[in-house]
Amino acid sequence: MNKESDPKILVFSTNSISDPGIDLAGGAHMHYSTAVQVVPLPCSSGVKPAWIVHAIEQGFDGVFVAGCGGDCAFLSDCTPRTSAVIKKAQDMMKEKGINPKRLKMSGICSVCADNFVAHMNNFQNELKKLDANENG
Amino acid sequence: MAQKRRIGVYVCHCGGNISDYVNVEEVADAVRNDPNVVVSRTHMFTCSDAAQQEMIDEIKEKQLDGLVIASCSPKLHMFTFRGMSERANLNQYQYIHVNLREQCSWVHTNDKVGATKKGIHLLRAGIAKCELTVPLNAIRIETKPRVLVVGAGVSGMRAAISLADMGLAVFLIEREAEAGGWALQTGKMGPEAQDGTDVVAKLLTRINQHENIMLHTSAEVVSKSGSIGDFNVSVRLPGDETVSLNVGAIVVTTGFEPYTPQTDEYGWGAPGVIPLKDFRQMLAEADGPLMHNGKPVRDVAFIYCVGSRQLKSESCPEPNSYCSRYCCLATTYTATLLHDLEQKTGQPVNQYHLYRDVRTYGALEPIYEKARTGGAIFLRWDPSNPPQVTTEGDQLTVKAKDHLLGGEELEIGADLVVLATGMRPRENDTLNDILKIPESKDGFYNEIHLKLRPVETMIDGVFIAGTAQGPKTLAESVASSLAAVAKTGGLLMKGYVDLEPLIAKVDTDKCIWCGECLKACPYGAIEKVNVGEKEIAFVIESMCKGAGPCVPVCPHNAIEIEGFRDDQITAMIDASIKELETK
Repeated sequence: MNKESDPKILVFSTNSISDPGIDLAGGAHMHYSTAVQVVPLPCSSGVKPAWIVHAIEQGFDGVFVAGCGGDCAFLSDCTPRTSAVIKKAQDMMKEKGINPKRLKMSGICSVCADNFVAHMNNFQNELKKLDANENG
Repeated sequence: MAQKRRIGVYVCHCGGNISDYVNVEEVADAVRNDPNVVVSRTHMFTCSDAAQQEMIDEIKEKQLDGLVIASCSPKLHMFTFRGMSERANLNQYQYIHVNLREQCSWVHTNDKVGATKKGIHLLRAGIAKCELTVPLNAIRIETKPRVLVVGAGVSGMRAAISLADMGLAVFLIEREAEAGGWALQTGKMGPEAQDGTDVVAKLLTRINQHENIMLHTSAEVVSKSGSIGDFNVSVRLPGDETVSLNVGAIVVTTGFEPYTPQTDEYGWGAPGVIPLKDFRQMLAEADGPLMHNGKPVRDVAFIYCVGSRQLKSESCPEPNSYCSRYCCLATTYTATLLHDLEQKTGQPVNQYHLYRDVRTYGALEPIYEKARTGGAIFLRWDPSNPPQVTTEGDQLTVKAKDHLLGGEELEIGADLVVLATGMRPRENDTLNDILKIPESKDGFYNEIHLKLRPVETMIDGVFIAGTAQGPKTLAESVASSLAAVAKTGGLLMKGYVDLEPLIAKVDTDKCIWCGECLKACPYGAIEKVNVGEKEIAFVIESMCKGAGPCVPVCPHNAIEIEGFRDDQITAMIDASIKELETK
């Protein structure tokens, strides 16, 4: 059940790998918070660090990059490339005084529905703790 | 926002799949007065013929230049609505699909208020993206009615025949001196007792008689240029002669390599420890009782899953974690052949089959049954406790803990230990460098999707089949090569192909050529060109896959993917977080 206090998460998914995995959570009628919203892209190696920072600056509490992982149909080294994007984004976040823990990445395969839901729940809990620390 | 747009918004009930959990009327109401929205309404089923016709009429009547439909996952109906847009004379790339079912109503069945609010955000993000769409045209490429098939094993030969039957010209090339591949060495194969050499001979006769097929053996691909529909491939023939082939598609059927055990793995290296293939050879050649080292063979131990389903360990840092699929069939079938020999010669042979799981699936189960009822003893071992093979003189001993006897240790004296070795990806470094087909974690060629697009690769116009994409039985290999034939025929028989225009685009003002995008692109889709005095990056349309690894590495923000442009994604983020006006 979503509460007004649920941290807002923007998810970057990928058309052929993680988006089907996230769709499957729907197909299986699993539940996660309505504060999670997905923007699909072709491949997680193409996420621009500036988009991540922009999302946080606009009010998202966290950004989750649902990477193609080892299943990427485009790139065999998709994961290290996506990691490089994450690293760059975290550097930019630090420069702007944003806690880099507000960004998370994990490979979500095309059948990783449970995994995705678990990630969303855990990430929201971590973000709640971060908020408590930063405000308290 | 640059320009005033005329966008139509339709929200789908999906019967109740969406509207039971999301207040679709409220979602449609929320955006109705947005500046660029001309019409916003709901439909019970947007995908129904009637609803599509109503939308087409409205798009034409209201002269809409953008369309957003919030319904199920785009995997289901994005292409439906793209087609509908075209029928309404609306550019299909100005249609945006919003996933209101799989990513909203179905995951929030417990929170209608929250789901409705999220639905409005999702729809707003879709509208924000739609506002920034530009009309695009598919990239149309003329295709050549010729195919190159690489690898003349059974898969490749079978593919060549069916392609040629369609009227396509086929070049079938084989690296070895002889066509046929591993089937030449299998002998009789279960379940139908066909002999591999007979299968190959029959296919070869058809190939040699077919006027549309040109077979080259001892031939190798040395270079490739061009792209889907129009590849130029150089092939080296014996005697260092090189021919250039112009083909519309390439089918890769390069097969597998048998796993070779490491020294000492299940006694490998000791006399009497042999791979299944060699044992089959002994059986085929036996014209009396089976002999080894001048003595009749009385006890044979078969060890399954050698080189397959391995666990990671110090001695095996890069395990083959996959099942090789053919070995259970081949080994249980061997058991039945050995029974046949026993019957013929009257010499009894004790068979011990040390297995992990017998995977004789589908119609292969009767062979396993025949092996058991014929007297073969099946013992199950646990992967944490694999069988140990030791030698003393010429006596082999296999120690195994039988799972079904509660871990009781058994000692089996054997004259022969036969290892059912699995499949490995074929070493093809040169070809891999040339074709750049992505590989899976296991090292076999990777299809786009195991179930939905099983023979297509990320390289448009390059198809894979047979064991080159993973272990298969011969029947499965042929099934996949016929699938590749269907896909290749579908591509080439039409005479042209339309490619997605959602690909990389260079901002010629911002680009100052640093080469980062070239380094990031695995497809060779970036070229350096001169525009006047300036050097800039140029995207080769037919090679670009629109994946976007070039986007974040550009230090000048000079390259982006159409349909996922910087301004579009930023606008989507803004629309996703914008506070909703409270009524």
